[in-house]
Formats: sequence, structure tokens, C-alpha cells
Amino acid sequence: MIPEIGQFALVVALAVALLQCVVPLLGAARGDPLWMSLARPAARLQFVLVLAAFAILTVSFITSDFSVAYVAANSTRALPIEYRFAAVWGGHEGSILLWLLMLTFWMCAVSLFSRHMPEAMVARILAVMAFVSVGFLLFLLLTSSPFDRLLPAAAEGRDLNPLLQDPGMVIHPPMLYMGYVGFSVPFAFAIAALLGGNLDAAWARWSRPWTTVAWVFLTLGICLGSAWAYYTLGWGGWWFWDPVENASFMPWLVGTALIHSLAVTEKRGAFKVWTVLLAIIAFSLSLLGTFLVRSGVLTSVHAFASDPRRGVFILGFLVVVVGGSLALFAWRAPKVGLGGRFAAVSRESALLVNNVLMLAAAGTVALGTLYPIFMDSLGLGKISVGPPYFETVFVPLMAPALFMMGVGPLARWKSASLPGIALRLRWAFGAAVLVAVLGPIGAGAWSPMVALGLLLAAWVAASGAANLWQMLGSAEDPITQAAGKREGLSERLLRARRIPLASWGMLLAHWGVAVFVVGVTLVKGHESEQDVRMAFGETVVGGPYAFTLRGVSEGEGPNYRYQRATVEVAQAGQAYTTLYPEKRVYRVQSNPMTEAAIDRGFTRDLYVSLGEAVAPTAWTLRIYYKPFIDWIWGGCVMMALGGLLAVIDRRYRRGRVGA
Amino acid sequence: MKPRHRRFAWIGVGLLALCAALALVLNAFNSNLVFFFTPTQIIAREAPLERAFRIGGMVEEHSLKRADTRVQFVVTDKANRVTVEYVGILPDLFKEGKGVVAQGRLGADGLFRADQVLAKHDENYMPPEAAAAMKKGAEVAEGLSRSLVEPGAAGAPR
Repeated sequence: MIPEIGQFALVVALAVALLQCVVPLLGAARGDPLWMSLARPAARLQFVLVLAAFAILTVSFITSDFSVAYVAANSTRALPIEYRFAAVWGGHEGSILLWLLMLTFWMCAVSLFSRHMPEAMVARILAVMAFVSVGFLLFLLLTSSPFDRLLPAAAEGRDLNPLLQDPGMVIHPPMLYMGYVGFSVPFAFAIAALLGGNLDAAWARWSRPWTTVAWVFLTLGICLGSAWAYYTLGWGGWWFWDPVENASFMPWLVGTALIHSLAVTEKRGAFKVWTVLLAIIAFSLSLLGTFLVRSGVLTSVHAFASDPRRGVFILGFLVVVVGGSLALFAWRAPKVGLGGRFAAVSRESALLVNNVLMLAAAGTVALGTLYPIFMDSLGLGKISVGPPYFETVFVPLMAPALFMMGVGPLARWKSASLPGIALRLRWAFGAAVLVAVLGPIGAGAWSPMVALGLLLAAWVAASGAANLWQMLGSAEDPITQAAGKREGLSERLLRARRIPLASWGMLLAHWGVAVFVVGVTLVKGHESEQDVRMAFGETVVGGPYAFTLRGVSEGEGPNYRYQRATVEVAQAGQAYTTLYPEKRVYRVQSNPMTEAAIDRGFTRDLYVSLGEAVAPTAWTLRIYYKPFIDWIWGGCVMMALGGLLAVIDRRYRRGRVGA
Repeated sequence: MKPRHRRFAWIGVGLLALCAALALVLNAFNSNLVFFFTPTQIIAREAPLERAFRIGGMVEEHSLKRADTRVQFVVTDKANRVTVEYVGILPDLFKEGKGVVAQGRLGADGLFRADQVLAKHDENYMPPEAAAAMKKGAEVAEGLSRSLVEPGAAGAPR
């Protein structure tokens, strides 16, 4: 009975969404305040209904109600309780329900934090979001209901995919979806502004925090996914340029461009058309990502079912949303106007260059991801595009972007002088060159790619420091004043409190990029990966460590059997630690899974995973030494924290409370 | 320089950069495209010898041979067979009788030396390439047996 209530809640939510889509929009067009005022309560009601459906599905998982087909397919009685929560979104139907929950959550949040905005604007925004919601509710109800019954009920479930039975998997999908779906908010803002014709600096200021929050979640979601792939897939990579990863990376790149372009629109009134276009593209890519990942076009852990109706539905919806919004854009954008002018050397130019580079990067990822799919669907043969393509293309695209990251924040709005910037960045440049020359030597062997990576990372870090120094320096205008009068360190530090949180956020995020680049460079340049056969008692050297296989034992986990190796690690002849990599076989799905053992460290990870038994006392093992790999995720977390700091800046809070 | 000329100069620089970027991207793209061939196509010498490509099909039962980290197995599409050699640890879900996709180069001796064996993530799931290879292989096999029965219909149906 209870699952039917869930189904019913979704049907009612669909009715509410239809109302919320049509009535406020008409109200905004006719200037009818009553019709417009329907938007807020409808959005909240929709959230409550979808939340109820979600809670009911969760209860079905916790009580192991195997009369629900979706539960039977993704759980067992032996599944630990925390993974029963994760199992709610461990399959196709539940993950679409999660998508919807996030969408209605964002809708509800907009309805709560929009009191300072004009009523017509809010009505339009919520109507656009309700349109997206209608699409996904129809998708859920027509092609993939999570509440379908299984008659007679299954005695035991088919278990959650063992790869997903991992703490990282409990939070990765919600984070990622918060980000994906979060881009529906700037998208709705953009469409509402196009409809209402009021694209101005205020619009950009309202839109900014939403965009940044969505971007923060997407960053964390991608970061968690990458960390998960690193330790569960058992082969120690952190990014594979897999189409599924690319599907989340494309909206991230465009979202990053959008954040920066919104800054220009807010401060200078420029880039309006460009900003709107980016908002449309970012959300379209989120939808495209959902389509790629959920329709079964791609081979991956995320492609659950290949029911062709589902792919066709999402593709159709994608065409409607992208086509409709681009048509609206083409119709209304010419009336928007260009906004403030700026010189060739100015902060606007720097941000424009970075925007173009981000979009170009997204374009190259799209080419490598979509081309094989097009070829395949046209029957022109099966091809794939390997990681070398992405790596070759990304270095020359990101190097100038990183260089501009150092220059942009120090350039003045409207018009800046090159010699002035050069003067302020001379120490940063010197420091970067020094690091690029000495760093690789310290890390072992000198190589041009490592030197380039360290040069760029040090440049970003040092120019950020120069920027901070300058912000601490002057009295009136912390950003635009050129090299001010000489002041001591203590005087400047006293001013640290006056720097707005948004500026700290920007600095932290950019330093995060520097940390990320250090991680990527050193992992790529100095990692050691060995697949070896080891007899019991044999020793293998990896980096400055010696690994000795002591033995392999067997045992039982809650829903799996395991074989566990004991690997002793020694450094310079001294015992350092012992690692226990496992090979697990889950009882229900009976496929083996490698559980790598990782010794994490600030400057390196030791990564050991178990292959196969090749003799009674010999196994194959992966022995990896990964210098600075944790810096990759550390950098991502710093970027996300930076975004968070920017959002809680007083500017936006004041905007919310007052007018 | 007049402002108008300067603007043209900037646009010119922008276009030049765009062209350079495009050339770079397409060049990288072209040299990293990995094509896919079925065992039948490889036996028919349709696959290149000088370029890496992907092969897909099923791992033949009882064909897996191990010598430490060096493994050999046969990929079949039920019509033709290709022996694959790989040095390293196979993915968890690699199994005899299951679908597989490997990437590498074909030697003149007919041995496919893989530098990558792709994992699939689910026991119920067949990599689409492998599934396609099996389907084509089945068509070929069917065509062969039919052609043995009635020599008139030698052109394998496609």
C-alpha cells in the first residue's frame, strides 16, 4: 500500500508542476499578482510531495520490501543499513527520483530566498523550473517508476552493485546532482530575464550566489567521483576521460566560465548576452550529461538500463529545452544591449579570454565524447577517443588560462596598464621561474612537462599572494590602486579583516587550482606503477619504499567473502607500515572486486591492490607509488570552499534581507 | 594606429589563435581515434598493422593461459578467433565466456598485443562493442553454414 502512496504523490506533484508552469507565467505576462503569487506555494508543495515519494522509497529499502521491483533489484537483506540509503539512488529509477528531489529542493530554496526580487521575475523563474520538473516527472512516471510492483514478491533481492557499496558512493551522487540540477537555477534566471527583458546588474547579482552554490556542489561531486574511482576501481587512476566523467566535466567548465562572466555582468553591466548564453549552455550540458549517463548510450557503471524509450524521451526533452531556449535567445538577445565598454587591456578582457578558453575546453571535451556516439548511431563504425587526445589538447588550452588567472585579478576594470600589472607581478613571476627550475630537480629528474606544470602552479599561487598583498595595501580602493605607498607588514595585516569574503573566496579557489595543478603535474611526472608477480616473502621496490608480500589469508565480511594479503612496507631498511589489500567476492552478484590498500600521505600515496593467485604461494599485485596525488582532491576542496566563502559574503545577505 | 585598425588587429589575432587551436585539436583528435574491429574483420585483414585499435568479442572458454603477469586468451565472435596477449593484471570482471574489449596492436604474426583490457562494471552487462561483435559474428557464422547447404546463396546476408 505504502509504495502506491509514493506513486500517487508523484502524480499529484505532476499536476502541481503543470499548474506552476502555466499560471505564474500567464500572470507575469498579464501583470496579475494573484496568478503570479501561485508560484511560491506551488514550488514548496511540489518539494514536499517529491520528498514524500523519496522518503517512501527509502522506507521500502530499509524494510527490505522486495515486492517493489526496484528495491528487489538493488538491495538484499544482508546489505548494511548505510548502503540501503545509498541503494535508493543506486539504480536508474531512484537516481532520477533523486534528480527530481534536487530540482524541487532548488525550486523551494528559490521560493524562500527571493523576497527581494520583483514578483514577476520570481514567477517566471519558478515557472521555468516547473517546466523542467514536468519533463522529469513525466519521464519518471512513464518510463521508469521506482514504485512498480513485483508480483509475487522476490524472496531475496539482487543486491546493490558491489562497486557502489562504498562510503564515497553514499554522498557522491547527491553532491553531483545538487550541482547538475543546481544549474537549472541560473538557467531559469536567464530564461526569465529573456522573457521579461530585464537583464541588468541586479539580475546578475541575484543570479550569482545560486550559480556559485551549484558550481560548489558540482566541484565536490566530481571530486568525490574521482576519489571513488581511485580507490575502488583498483587501478589507481584518478581521471580516465571516460565519457561519464566528461559528461560532468563539460557543465563544470561552462559553469566556471559562467561564474566569471556573471562577475563582469554584475560589476560592469557587460557580457550580458554572453552570460545568458553560458547559463543556457551550462544547464543544457547538465541535461546532456543526464542523457548520456542514464540512457545506456555509454558503457559504464552509471549506465543502468538500456531501455531505448528512456533514451528517446530524454533526448526529446533535451531537444525541447535546448532548442526552445536557444530560439528564445535568438529572438530576445539582440534587444539586450552590450553594456559597459572596455579597453583591450582590462580585467574584462582577461576574463573574456578565460571564458573563451573554458568554453573551448568544453568544446574539445564534447568533440571527443560525442563524436564516437554520433558515428555509432549513424552506423559509421565504432570508434573511441583515447585519453592522449584530451591530454594533448588540454595542456595548451589550460596553460594560457592559468597564466591569465594570475593577471586578471590584478588588472583594473575598464582599462589597465600592462606595465603597471607587470610591475606588480614581477616578484610573483620571479618566484614562479625559481620554482620551475628548482622544483623538478628536487623531485628527482628534470623534465619539461613537470617544469611547466610547476611554473604555472607557482605563478597562480604567487600572483594570488601579490594580489592579497595589494588588497591589504591601500585604503580607499583595495583593487584598483596601483603600487601604493610603502607600508609595513603589520599595518597591512590589520586590514585583513576589511577584505570582503568574496575576495578571500576568489583567492582560496585560485590557490586551490594551484594545488590541483601541483598534484596533477607530480603524479603524472613521477608516479611509479608496477604489475608484478610476487611469491610469499618476495620484495619489490616502488619509489623510495620496499614492499614485501607476507601471505594471503581468507575470511568473511557481512555480504562477501574475501582474500586478504599482508604486505609489509619498509623505508630505508626500517619497517614503515603494513597494508592489507583485499579481493572480495559478493555472495549475491558473485563477481569479484578488488579493494585496494592505500597508505595516504601529504606528499605521496602508497597503493597496493591484489591481482590473481598464480601459484599456491604467489600472487600478482599492483604496487603503485603516487607522489602528491591527494593534492588533486585537496585542490578541488579548496576551490569548493572558495566558492562557499564567496556565497556567504555580506553583499548577498544584505541583498536578501533588504531591497 | 586608429582605434578601428586596432580593433581589426585584435580580431585578426583572435581569428589566428582560433585557427591554430582548431588545427591543434583536429590533429590531436585524428591521431588518437581508436577504431574497432571484430575478430572476423581482423582475420579478413581489414584491421591496420601500424595503428592501435580495439578488438571485442567473447573470451573463449578454456583459452586463458597465465604465466605470472603475462596472459594469453582467445577473443572470438563465434565465427573467427584472435589470440590476445596482455601483460598486467586483468580487470575484476574478466571471465572466460564473457564479453571483453581490448585495445592494442596487431602483430604481423597475427597475435594481438593488448596494452589495455577494458573492464565492464556489471556481471549482467556486455560492453556494446563486444555485443556488436558477437552479433556480426553470429551473422557471419550463419551465412557460412547456409552457404554450405545451398551454394547458390554464398553472399552472406547482412
